[in-house]
Amino acid sequence: MTSSPPRKLRFATVWLAGCSGCHMSFLDLDEFLFDLAEKVDVVYSPVGSDAKLYPEAVDVCLVEGAVANEDNLELALLLRQHTAMVISFGDCAISANVPGLRNLWVGTEAVLDRSYLELADQGGQYPHEPGIVPELLPKVRPLHEVIPVDLYLPGCPPSAERIRLAIAPLLVGEKPLMKGSAMLRFG
Amino acid sequence: MLNSISPSLQRPRLRCCDASSCRSAGSGALLKALETARSNAGEAAEPLDIEPVGCLRLCSQGPLVALDRPEGSSLFGGLSAPLAGALVDAGSGTDNNSSLNDHAIDLEQPFFALQHSVVLEGCGQVNPESIDSAIAHGSYEQLRHCLQELSAADVREQIRRSGLRGRGGAGYPTGLKWDTVALQPPGPRFVVCNADEGDPGAFMDRSVMEGDPHRLLEGLAIAAYAVGADRGFIYVRAEYPLAIERLRLALRQARQRNILGNNIFGSQFDLRIDIRVGAGAYVCGEETALMQSIQGRRGSPRPRPPFPAQKGLWGAPTLINNVETLAAVPAILREGGDWYGAIGTDSSRGTKVFALSGAVVNTGLVEVPMGTSLRTVVETMGGGVPNGAGVKAVQTGGPSGGCIPAALLDTPVDYESLRALGSMMGSGGMIVIAESMAMPELARHFMRFNVNESCGKCLPCRAGTVQLEQLLTKFVAGNAQASDLEQLEQLCQMVQTTSLCGLGQAAPNPVLSTLKYFRQEYKTGCEPATAGPQPWA
Amino acid sequence: MGVITLRVNGVELAVPAGSSVLTATRQAGAQVPVLCHLDGLNPIAACRLCLVEIEGSQKLQPACSTEASEGMVVKTDSDQLQHLRRMAVELLFSEGNHVCAFCVASGACELQNVAVAVGMDHSRFPYQYPHRPVDASHHLFSIDHNRCILCSRCVRVCDEIEGAHVWDVANRGGESRIVAGLNQPWGEVESCTSCGKCVDVCPTGAIFHKEDTTAEKHPHAERAQRLRQAREQHQWHHP
Repeated sequence: MTSSPPRKLRFATVWLAGCSGCHMSFLDLDEFLFDLAEKVDVVYSPVGSDAKLYPEAVDVCLVEGAVANEDNLELALLLRQHTAMVISFGDCAISANVPGLRNLWVGTEAVLDRSYLELADQGGQYPHEPGIVPELLPKVRPLHEVIPVDLYLPGCPPSAERIRLAIAPLLVGEKPLMKGSAMLRFG
Repeated sequence: MLNSISPSLQRPRLRCCDASSCRSAGSGALLKALETARSNAGEAAEPLDIEPVGCLRLCSQGPLVALDRPEGSSLFGGLSAPLAGALVDAGSGTDNNSSLNDHAIDLEQPFFALQHSVVLEGCGQVNPESIDSAIAHGSYEQLRHCLQELSAADVREQIRRSGLRGRGGAGYPTGLKWDTVALQPPGPRFVVCNADEGDPGAFMDRSVMEGDPHRLLEGLAIAAYAVGADRGFIYVRAEYPLAIERLRLALRQARQRNILGNNIFGSQFDLRIDIRVGAGAYVCGEETALMQSIQGRRGSPRPRPPFPAQKGLWGAPTLINNVETLAAVPAILREGGDWYGAIGTDSSRGTKVFALSGAVVNTGLVEVPMGTSLRTVVETMGGGVPNGAGVKAVQTGGPSGGCIPAALLDTPVDYESLRALGSMMGSGGMIVIAESMAMPELARHFMRFNVNESCGKCLPCRAGTVQLEQLLTKFVAGNAQASDLEQLEQLCQMVQTTSLCGLGQAAPNPVLSTLKYFRQEYKTGCEPATAGPQPWA
Repeated sequence: MGVITLRVNGVELAVPAGSSVLTATRQAGAQVPVLCHLDGLNPIAACRLCLVEIEGSQKLQPACSTEASEGMVVKTDSDQLQHLRRMAVELLFSEGNHVCAFCVASGACELQNVAVAVGMDHSRFPYQYPHRPVDASHHLFSIDHNRCILCSRCVRVCDEIEGAHVWDVANRGGESRIVAGLNQPWGEVESCTSCGKCVDVCPTGAIFHKEDTTAEKHPHAERAQRLRQAREQHQWHHP
C-alpha cells in the first residue's frame, strides 16, 4: 500500500523594515535548512525564492521588520490575506524596535529633514523617485498593529536555535510553546 | 435657617455675598457701592448694617444680597453696583423695592426650602472676617463646653452616636477614626484638616472656609481635644486664595483671643494650628500624599497599612478629616449626636453639602439630608436642564466617580446607593449632564484629568491612564475597533485593581460607569468590522 | 524572635515574625516578579508586579510591603494575577524607549527577565516614544532616561545606604523623571560621591558605567542588601 506523501507546507519569509539580521539568523539554521527544504516549499522569501509576487495559499510566513513605508504596508496587508499563520519574526516586527526610533520625530517631514538635510555632509536632498522609492508612513508600527498576527518570535535577532524550536513543531502541525528565556527574550 | 433672621440681630441688615463665586460676578464693587450708598443716604440709613458674608447658595444668580428686616428676610440676585442705592433704601425701609422687583429671588422655592443647613448654618450669616460675628453666632461655644465639661471620651461618644461618616468621599465612620487615634499608645498626636478639595465641580469646602472659617477651626480644635493632639494642620490648596486669606485671619483672631494657643478656655488643653498650602497637585488630597506634603516632601502616596491613625505625620498617630466633616462637629456637640443621627438614612446619617453645577438652571450650593433623591436635588431644587432639555446623567464624585443615568435619578443620595451604581459620593460635586453630551468624550475629559494628576509613582496609574486616554480618543473620533472596546475594559479593570492609591483605583470609574449605562455610544464609536485592523484611519 | 506560619500556593511554611509576604513566597518557592523592590532597600510598592491574592482581603496586596501574618493564605499565580502582571509589563515597555538591541543591560536586565517571566511576547499597547534625555555629564557614569522604569531604586540606595540623596523624582505622571541634585546635570552635583551604588542597583540599562557598551553591563543588585547586613548585623563576609 502506498499513500501519497503529506502535502508540503507552503512557506514564506518576508523582509519589511528590518536590517535583515533575522534572515541572516534564519540562514544560520545550517543543516536544519536541508530538513526544512524537504518538508516545505519555499514559495516566497528574499533568501530562499525568486518569486517576485506574494503567492496565494501560504501556510506559514515569517515576517521580519516593522511597517515603515507604503510598500511594507501593502505587502503586510497582502500577505495576511493569503497566509494561514503569520509570525512576527524578530523584535522589529514585534515592537518596531530600531526602525521605530524614528517615531521620536513626529511626522515624515521631520524624519526626512533630519536624515537627508540636517545630517547631509553636502548637497542634502529628499530621496524622490516616485514608483521606486516608497513613501514613508507617518509612524513606524509593529506588525500586529497593522494585521492580526498568530505567533511572536522575539529576538534581535532570534537565534537560529530559537527559530528552529519555533518552526519544527509547525512542520508537524503543532503550535510551538513560546515560553521561557530560550523562546521569548527580547534583544 | 437661610431665610430667618439671626436672633441676635436687632437692626436691619444687608448681607452681601463675598465668596469666590459672587466676587467673580462683581460683589466686591457692589459691597463698596452699598457702603457708599449708606453714607449718602444719611440718617435714614444709619441703623442699617452691611456685612460681607459667605455663600448665599444660588451662585448662578450672583452677586447675591440678602436683606434682613424685622418682618423677614428676602434675597436679591443678578445685582450690580448701580442697584446699591435701591438696596440701601429697601434696607432702611424708605423704598418699596420697586426697582428691585426684577431681582427678587423667591426664598420659598424648593432650591432654598428643601435645604437643611447644619454644616452651612453660619455660612451666609456670619461675617467671615469677624470673630465677633462668629462668636455672636455661637462659634467656640462648643469648644468651651467640651474643654470645661466633657472628657475626650465623652466628645468621641457624641461623634460615634451621630453616625457621622467622612465627607471627603470614602465615608469612613468618623467616630471610629477618632477612637482609633485616641486609643493609640501614649505619645504625640496630630490632627489634620484635609482642605485640598480638588475634584472638578466641587466647591463645598471652599464655601465653608470662605464663609464660616471659625466653624472649621472649632471643629478641628474639638477633634484635637478628643484624640489628644496639641498640634494641627489645615492643608488647603493654593487655588483657594480667598479661603487661605480668611483662614489665616481667623487663626490670628483666635490666637489673639486665646481660643487657640495654651490653656485654652482656662483648661489644660493646648493647641497650635498651622496652615499648609498645597502646590497644585490633586493627589495631595490623598491622605498619605498629603502628609508627605505637610512634611515638606514630594506628595506621593504610600501603601496603607499603616493607616495615618496608626502612623501618620512624623510617625505619630494622626487624625485626618475633611473640612465638611469637621464643620459638622460643633452642631453635633451642640444638639447631641442623636439629633444628628436622626437626620438622613440608617447607613448615611446627617446632611451632605453638594456643589450643583453643569447643565442645570440653579447652580450653587445645597445642603440636604442624606437619602434625598438625585431627582429632588437635580430637578426639584436644581430646576433641571436649562430650556427644558432633558437630563442625560448626573456625574458625582468627580474624576473618581461615575455617571448615573437619568433613569436612576430616584436613587437616594447615600454612600452605599451611589457605590452600588458604580459611582461614589465623592466629596460632593454634582455635575448635571445634558442630553447633548457624548459620554465617551465626558469619560475622556475625566481621564485627561487623571493623566495630568497622576503622581507617577505606581505604574498602572502613570502609564495605564495614558493608554486609556488614547483608547478613549479613538471612540471619540469614531475610529475604534471592536477589539479596542475589549482592551478598554481590560485596562480599566487592571488600573482599578492594581493602582496604589485611591486616585488610580478610581480613575477608571468615569469610563466604567459610562460603559455600563451608555455602552451603545461606545459601540457607535467603533468602525464597522473589517477583515483586520485598519492601521491608518 | 517569633515565628509565624502561613500558606503560600498551598505550601505551609514558617517565617520569622516581621517577614514580608514576599519573603514568604520566596521561601515557598514561588516566583513573584519584582522590579521596584530590592532586598536591602525600603519597599515602596510602586511597580505593582508583586501583587498577590490574600484570602480575606478584597484588594490585591503588594507582597514586598505587606507583612506576613499568622494563618495568612496567599496565592501568587492565579490566572487573574498572571493576566494583570503581563499587562503591567506591557505598560512598562510601552511608556519608555526600551530597545534591547543596543542596550548595555541586555542579557542582564531585570525588565527583560520579567518580560520572559510573565510571557510577554509583544505589547498590545502602542509604544509612546516619549522624548527623554541622556545625561552623560558624570565622569564615570551615565543615565539614559529612555531606559528608566522609575523604580526609584537609585533614589533609595543613594538616600538610605549611601546617605547622599543625589537622586529624586521630579514632575508627575508620565512626565516623572529621576533628577540629580536640584535637577542639575549629574556631573555638577557635588553631593555625589561617585560610589556607583545607583549603577549597581539599577534594574535596567538606565544607569551604567560609561565604558560599557551593548550587553556589557554587569549589575550588582545584591550589594544593597550586603551593605545593609554589614552595617546592621556586622556581617562582612559572604559566601
